Amino acid sequence: MTQTPRITPPDEIHIIHKKKRNIPLFLLRAAAFLLLVVIAIAFLLPIVLTIANSFMSSSEISANYGQVFSGVSGQRTFIAEKVNLKFIPDRVVADQYLTVLLKSPDYLLKFWNSVILVAPIVIFQVVVALGASYCFARFQTKFRSVIFFTYIILMLMPYQVTLVPNYLVSDWLGLLDTRWAIILPGIFSPFAVFILTKFMRRIPTAMIEAAKLDGAGEWQIFTQVCVPLCRGIIWSVVVLIFMDYWNMVEQPLILFKERAEELSPLSVFLSKINQGDVGLAFAVATVYMIPALLLFMYSEEYLIDGIASQSGIKG
Amino acid sequence: MKRKTTIPSEHPGLTQKQLQHRHQRRVLRERLMTLPFLFPSLAGVLVFFVLPFLVVIYQSVLDNPVTKNFVFLKNYEMLVNNNAFRMAVKNTLTFSAIAVPLAVILPLLLAIILMSNIPGRSRFRTMFITPLMVPVASVVLIWQVVFHYNGVLNEITAMFGAAPIDWLKSEYGHLVVLVLYLWKNIGYNMILFMSALAAIPKDIIEVAMLEGAGPIRRFFAIKLRYLSSSIVFVSLLSLINSFKVFREVYLLTGDYPYDTLYMLQHFMNNTFGSLDYQKLSSAAILMSVVMIIIIGAMLIIDEKFGGELEE
Repeated sequence: MTQTPRITPPDEIHIIHKKKRNIPLFLLRAAAFLLLVVIAIAFLLPIVLTIANSFMSSSEISANYGQVFSGVSGQRTFIAEKVNLKFIPDRVVADQYLTVLLKSPDYLLKFWNSVILVAPIVIFQVVVALGASYCFARFQTKFRSVIFFTYIILMLMPYQVTLVPNYLVSDWLGLLDTRWAIILPGIFSPFAVFILTKFMRRIPTAMIEAAKLDGAGEWQIFTQVCVPLCRGIIWSVVVLIFMDYWNMVEQPLILFKERAEELSPLSVFLSKINQGDVGLAFAVATVYMIPALLLFMYSEEYLIDGIASQSGIKG
Repeated sequence: MKRKTTIPSEHPGLTQKQLQHRHQRRVLRERLMTLPFLFPSLAGVLVFFVLPFLVVIYQSVLDNPVTKNFVFLKNYEMLVNNNAFRMAVKNTLTFSAIAVPLAVILPLLLAIILMSNIPGRSRFRTMFITPLMVPVASVVLIWQVVFHYNGVLNEITAMFGAAPIDWLKSEYGHLVVLVLYLWKNIGYNMILFMSALAAIPKDIIEVAMLEGAGPIRRFFAIKLRYLSSSIVFVSLLSLINSFKVFREVYLLTGDYPYDTLYMLQHFMNNTFGSLDYQKLSSAAILMSVVMIIIIGAMLIIDEKFGGELEE
């Protein structure tokens, strides 16, 4: 860095600056901190409440939310005049979990439906995208730029647009009402290509040239130089894809028809459980959150780097 | 990864022209060697997105899939005169017009606060992106408890003497979905802004401070220019995500929402139900054209405001 000569050293300026407005600045920061605390609590509240409620007994739930769900749930035991949001259950009950995990295989089956849809999409979208981004990043020719731009446009298209072509292909190939109708378009979705290409373009050419001098072919450069360097970003892409598909609602609603009941993932099914046993629904909701939260705890730093790396539309 | 421009001189016997020729051939071969890496992805994208999309365009100008008479824009005409479609467009656009600016401004403010030496910055950051990692379906129950006619929010407003409202089945339905949308998206956008703020060169800010520019002037005159590219990107992302709120609406209210919450995706779902290919394809094409115009406009804005800062 080239330093331009200054009349006063910057440190002293800071001091003058601070002295002048010491008190308002402190107050401002305290207020900002408080604001952040309030927002943070509001952000976490729904999650904490869901988990807390999952440990309440059915009668406690209906006592608390009787009015809200009484219209749909047949069983009324105690119905409160008013609705209470409670953080700590009167009695911690794990019955619902027993029901969800052991007694009633229906929920586990739906959970399994989610897993079996999301896992192949996450794994193969990353694999396919790694190859494509290697090609896009290695040389930037006109041809490749055009294709890459097409990918970006595709990535930015909402489901309302992309589901129509997806439906047509599934129809031609006879995939409607099978899991493939969701898995195959998911694998080739260009989202991962976008982030990975942006990252790979930052790999210094010198590293690739060095590998080439050592006699590495393209395949070796790809598997032994590029992919290992991308480890962090791959994690964040995995998390982002996982969340997108773990949450899916649109695709199963349209691509599953007669077998919807049998194939639908838990994300679609969950909204219908509260028409039955609300206490159970909270437990299922919590179970459904667990894989996502675990993945988040394990990969938070990577995730943040990954989000931050896609700072603009252009390469 | 730029290609080399200097020509290696390992073969002293050859003329410059021959060398250049050899070099070009090698570069070309090298490029061709990397193409196979693209093939699986390209094949998939062509089969599942691009080719069927061309068919969708073709379908949108036919009168029906059996007789296949060319009717050009008639389907589009029928579409824009369709009441359900109009309502869906109006609702979706209203929602986006409110949601996108908020989804840009609020995270930007949060990012600025977090970047100003607040203690516990990384803790806050974690808490703000946690909603991103929670399946919407899981927390919908709690939202129903809060916004129900006999729910928590009405109790609070009742304390101030307000009459209870069934939030989801009223004009305020938009508001409920908006809160859910912001809850979900603020963290993601905030991280994008935090990294953009961190990338602003420090010496420029210092010079501005020396010149006596206050914090507000510094923000509008300097930081905003460096942020412009991120703002464009976040706006675009937020717009696309605002089209996805169908998820939240569906999970909260089911197949038949209150009129103001009838989104474009509801329209598409209904049309899929009746399998009206002409309506579906013309709707999809119309939306994609609008999206391409928006993306193009964003790119031009990006070029205009951020372009001069790029090296």
